[in-house]
Amino acid sequence: MTEPDHEAPPALLLEKASKSFGAVHALIDGSITLYPGEAHALLGENGAGKSTLVKILAGVHHPDGGRLLVGDRRVSFSGPAAARDAGVSIIYQEPTLFPDLSVAENIFVGRHPLTSGRRIDRAEMRRQTTAVFRQLGVQLDPDRPARGLSVADQQIVEIAKALSFNANVIVMDEPTAALATVEVERLFEVMRALREQGAAVMFISHRLEEVFESCQRVTIMRDGRFVKTSAIEKLTIDDVIRSMVGRDLDALFPKTQTTRGDELLEVEHLSSEGVFSDISFSVRQGEIVGLAGLVGAGRSEVARAIFGIDRRTSGTVTVGGKQLPNGSPLAAMAAGVGFVPEDRRQQGLVMDLSIDHNVALASLRRLRRLGLIRRSSERNLANAWAEKLQLTFGRMKNAVSTLSGGNQQKVVLAKWLARRPSVLIIDEPTRGIDIGTKAEVHRILDELVSDGVAVLMISSELPEVLGMADRVLVLREGRLVSELSRAEADEASIMRAATGQLQGSPA
Amino acid sequence: MSTAVESPPPVVEAPVRRAEALLRARELGIVVAIVVVFVLTTLHNHAFAKSGSLQQLLTGASIIALLAVGETLVIITRNVDLSVGSVVGLSAYLVGDLFVKHPGMPVILGFVVGTGIGLGIGLVNGLITTVTRVPSLVVTLAALYIVRGIDALIVHGRRIDPISVPKSYSVVGYKAILGVPWIAIIVTLIVVAVGYAMRSFRSSRELYAIGSNPEAATLAGIPAGRRVVTAFAISGALAGLSGALFLAEYATVDATAGNGYELSVIAAVVVGGVAIFGGSGTVIGAALGALLLNTINQALVASRISAFWDQAIAGGLLLGTIAFDRWLSLRIARSLRSAEGARRDV
Repeated sequence: MTEPDHEAPPALLLEKASKSFGAVHALIDGSITLYPGEAHALLGENGAGKSTLVKILAGVHHPDGGRLLVGDRRVSFSGPAAARDAGVSIIYQEPTLFPDLSVAENIFVGRHPLTSGRRIDRAEMRRQTTAVFRQLGVQLDPDRPARGLSVADQQIVEIAKALSFNANVIVMDEPTAALATVEVERLFEVMRALREQGAAVMFISHRLEEVFESCQRVTIMRDGRFVKTSAIEKLTIDDVIRSMVGRDLDALFPKTQTTRGDELLEVEHLSSEGVFSDISFSVRQGEIVGLAGLVGAGRSEVARAIFGIDRRTSGTVTVGGKQLPNGSPLAAMAAGVGFVPEDRRQQGLVMDLSIDHNVALASLRRLRRLGLIRRSSERNLANAWAEKLQLTFGRMKNAVSTLSGGNQQKVVLAKWLARRPSVLIIDEPTRGIDIGTKAEVHRILDELVSDGVAVLMISSELPEVLGMADRVLVLREGRLVSELSRAEADEASIMRAATGQLQGSPA
Repeated sequence: MSTAVESPPPVVEAPVRRAEALLRARELGIVVAIVVVFVLTTLHNHAFAKSGSLQQLLTGASIIALLAVGETLVIITRNVDLSVGSVVGLSAYLVGDLFVKHPGMPVILGFVVGTGIGLGIGLVNGLITTVTRVPSLVVTLAALYIVRGIDALIVHGRRIDPISVPKSYSVVGYKAILGVPWIAIIVTLIVVAVGYAMRSFRSSRELYAIGSNPEAATLAGIPAGRRVVTAFAISGALAGLSGALFLAEYATVDATAGNGYELSVIAAVVVGGVAIFGGSGTVIGAALGALLLNTINQALVASRISAFWDQAIAGGLLLGTIAFDRWLSLRIARSLRSAEGARRDV
């Protein structure tokens, strides 16, 4: 491996960059230094601020603070075009192609080679595209439209696009997630070639073995902050995992011993073509089962299929001994299942409706008298639950959009708890809410299981999973790869299962 | 269903080429449809093939075809311009009024003024759409009513009569060279020029990119706002020019001129193979779509079929086109997928 030249000035330096969206601090201290000729991994849990950092480098987000140097010039990108012109090229996690344009046009859009009279030189465009593809060792027809390309091929087009810029800094945000082994190998060869030409490559991946195979240095982030940068040979995979998740667990997670009852929710061989397959597990009365895994592992999709929002291709879901029909949330609700979705603004609440309307929304059938719904019965229901969940609000008739994130989440909870569910599926119970309310939501969950509810909890926050769950199921790429008891589960064991390090690595 | 295993699709010789051929065949298909309608009608009524009637086919389609060119640019960016019919009316009356007040005015000025009026309205449409991010459907619907209202205020029950329009101006509407009406020549030149530009310039390819995937367009550094404003401006300008041509063709303009044109234009664009959600289609296809719809219209007249059928047939044709498009895109997607499998060397 060629050693990166640390004496040379950095190709890119980001220091103490910060970015907030409203009250959410997505990035507090984003710092990274990339030297010419190095492959540098950026690691962190979901929500650690990696994507925000990438978008700052891409010119998509404008940082609230901090400084950015490209080469030896301090820059402030006005937009993606400015970042590109400064020699920073980004390969996004999700391919960003134009389905109606040809492959070659996708690569050269906005900077087509021109002939006289500023007309597009299609022959030259095709020639350059073929040349880049040859460099990558792939055969794709430059003239075919991008529509219908597999995700892997789309990713290859993205990579070809980045290569054709002759960029000094290439940022790859999980480029390998959709690629097969052969294609990953080829990508690493390309990365090596790029480094030898003096480019700096920043590489984001959840597959730690890839990082150890192809990168020289690692920067680790946690909770929107820079943790450390280190040469790869000074670290083990366990060190990396510890730095990524290391956090204090305190009274944030109340946990009462409960007695487990019958199996209330049984999922058998649940599959959804192309998303997840053969998922089997059960949740007992009085227990919280945590569903862990990386973003994109299929956790939310499993939950949606259980509740019937998405149809399953095969398998059964049984609640309290009764099998649920496919694709019917109403049947799931009638069987006693509640579902608190991941995105409360889009899926959990009607933002412009009042607090009491939102609370009553799932119970309207029960509240109606002669087909009519009385305002007072809605309000009584909402008041009762607001008190129980210690909701902080101005007036019941205010729109839920005026509440803080934590209180909004309590309204979603109230809506479902008002139906007295026997099974509660809760996706990201505390995403984006402050620490105090987090503890309260956890207390509510704890009380629920004490009362005999079965809870299936999806969370990207490992401490939450560890603190609250009686058992942890780990999904990886649509498959259930591990089931850990509360005693067995720790951050390292979950991360290992989620990143495919199950066979154990030299510690 | 004994086995779930699918047999591999038969290997097709260069399926990509075939998919492309299908796309190209789109314009050809419209030409074929025009010829079929023409031949069938002529068999029924020999007068249909006479040169006067041929000229009528071209003249009658010209204005809608010209409007369809501008509309295509807008629709390609995933927007829509509903104001074009009103712009035609306003521009036609104002240009006519100019000739009433300044009878000696150079003829060319009439076209310039008409185009200018449309350009102004198009710019406003584009700016409001991109700055406020209100859907263009709503913005241009408002413009449709506002412009029509302004038109009614200005016209105020009067009208432009053929006497006020200079001979040297209205000649564009009815004179023909070698059997081809001037107006059709002008529109054809514009269609070909814009059609060429849409293939050959960066900024026009960027219109396709914006309509194909707006987010990716922003990430690729395409100045989407500026491009969309330009598309609306061109659509407006061509609508203004269409108004000036309307005056030349009919020489009579009142407050209803151009009423309802926007829907005929969108019908022509969709029949011409422009995807209503943006990203694909050609101006030549759209112009041919206008010609096809007008040919059907005239064929019904020549066959002495009630004109009431005209709209029903236009509607049926639209549904047929959309169904065909859907079928075609599914087919292309399938053939492209199998193409990929055949061409990967992994």
